Amino acid sequence: MNRELYASLVFELSAPGRKGYFLPDSGIPADGALDGIPSGLLREKDPQLPECDELTVVRHYNNMSTNNFGVDTGFYPLGSCTMKYNPKINEEIASHPAFSGLHPYTPACASQGALEAYWHLQKALCEIGGMAEFTLNPFAGAHGELTGLMVIRRYHESRGDTGRRKVIVPDSAHGTNPASAAVAGLEIVEVKSRPDGTVDVDDLRPLLDESVAAVMMTNPNTLGIFEKNIPEIARLVHEAGALMYYDGANLNPMLGVARPGDMGFDVMHINLHKTFSTPHGGGGPGSGPVGVRKGLEQFLPSPRVVSRQVNRDDIPVGEHERYALEYGPESLGSVSATLGNFAVQLRALSYILTLGAEGLMEAGPLATLNANYVKEKLKADYLLPIEGVCKHEFVFDGLRDKSTGVTTLNVAKRLLDHGYHAPTIYFPLLFHESLMIEPTETESRETLDKFVEVMRSIAREARETPEVVINAPLNPPVTHPDDTEAALHPILTYDELLNGKV
Amino acid sequence: MVYYSKTHEYIRMENETEGFVGISAFAAKQLGNVVYVDLPEEGDEFSQAEDFGAIESVKAASDLYAPVDMEVTEVNEALADNPRLINDDPMANYLMKVTVTDSSQLEELMDEAAYADFCAASH
Repeated sequence: MNRELYASLVFELSAPGRKGYFLPDSGIPADGALDGIPSGLLREKDPQLPECDELTVVRHYNNMSTNNFGVDTGFYPLGSCTMKYNPKINEEIASHPAFSGLHPYTPACASQGALEAYWHLQKALCEIGGMAEFTLNPFAGAHGELTGLMVIRRYHESRGDTGRRKVIVPDSAHGTNPASAAVAGLEIVEVKSRPDGTVDVDDLRPLLDESVAAVMMTNPNTLGIFEKNIPEIARLVHEAGALMYYDGANLNPMLGVARPGDMGFDVMHINLHKTFSTPHGGGGPGSGPVGVRKGLEQFLPSPRVVSRQVNRDDIPVGEHERYALEYGPESLGSVSATLGNFAVQLRALSYILTLGAEGLMEAGPLATLNANYVKEKLKADYLLPIEGVCKHEFVFDGLRDKSTGVTTLNVAKRLLDHGYHAPTIYFPLLFHESLMIEPTETESRETLDKFVEVMRSIAREARETPEVVINAPLNPPVTHPDDTEAALHPILTYDELLNGKV
Repeated sequence: MVYYSKTHEYIRMENETEGFVGISAFAAKQLGNVVYVDLPEEGDEFSQAEDFGAIESVKAASDLYAPVDMEVTEVNEALADNPRLINDDPMANYLMKVTVTDSSQLEELMDEAAYADFCAASH
């Protein structure tokens, strides 16, 4: 591909009057079309749209797509994101015309198959999470967190317990936890981690009182460490009248091995786009189902998909009425138009049914084995702040040799030169040079060995020719974007590019 | 005299009661290029360890904590347009000017040498 020729914006390829289609005259006179619309709502100038022929557009987007990086192109060890391979059978199922051709507002009597698929996924997630009920409606992980916290608020309010405004999150938590709590109108209180990376129970205990609505935890946590004190934490939290929220971002190593419901969690979300192999990372959309233990299901968002043998009047229902939409009086209401990202749900169901219970139970141990394999192979060159067996991911605190001046950011950018996606960097905030690696269970030993070799070669370069690492990357289509300037003065439209930011 | 908190804010005292609050050079270096600072308004009061704002860099977002009980008398407006000034010189480019309401709390903070040891130990 000729990068210079194809690096243009589609706007730069535009020529006035050029088009890729020919439509007959609509026959509707344009005169008077704008009559009656208040002038304040009308554009002052025409929108700046590119005018191109079809071939130019096809080449433009095809060439751009070859600059993309995904799990289908290469190894993507992005910690905390579970970038596992998305089996192609998922796509086949989701794109089946019986599903893809279905209008979102098709009445229940004419969409029994789709509702059945939705219901089966709900049940499968209940079994996997140890929960009583699930809703699949939230569109993403953070949306699930918000929904879960709304369920928790509703639970406390239903008991007349209206003074609970605080949500406790560990200092290792995903940034979405405090963000979701803030959006839910709750206050955030941070609890510290101990040197071994787990939540400090002694730090947590004095924080628990009648003002606390919930404690949000991730297990294994963002350091890839299993929170061994979870039964005690759950007991303390429940004694204080608060609920336990499980952030499902790290559910992968637990699949079929341990269940949040059994650990004492009351509400949880699952990222289908992480654990259940649906597209992710710019390839979305995501899906963030929320599960609750018995006694909270009435607060879940509407509509809920229920399976029934009889209708409200106790009359047996026919085949076309087996699955129905339910709008409960205590429900927190709607969090999404329709039933969430249905095509994503189908991919997750396909994954679960393809692997079956036995297959799913192998995923976690394999993900754990792969993470520990890479960790042990690299810890001579990279600083491992917390020793011991990790779960599906682990965190280095940068290079072991700090004298070279090479930072985690440099290492991450150098990996791009070798055709790898960079790991998660500078998260969690517990260390200054965090480098978080999650290989997932879908990578072969050969892939991991090659990655280890490259990581070691970067550590060697850092010692011998640090400038090579510091000046990386050299190979990607875009090498050194000014991320500070981009954050300070983002140029978001072609107009801003031409005329400067207003 | 400059005092430092464990959460990496400094307070540089101009006289007995007035001082400038900012983030330490160590914190600025760890954060990397600062892209946004969320600061309080003139007249706002904070007690020690209370969060008074936030700072965001290309790497991370962090809360800012009051080193002592204080009242804000002036906010460094230049940072709104150019937060990177903090990376250039965090001591000169303070976040805000404050009146210290309990100067005995200054004794609980670290001096330059103690803070240098604290930073060395945290890495």
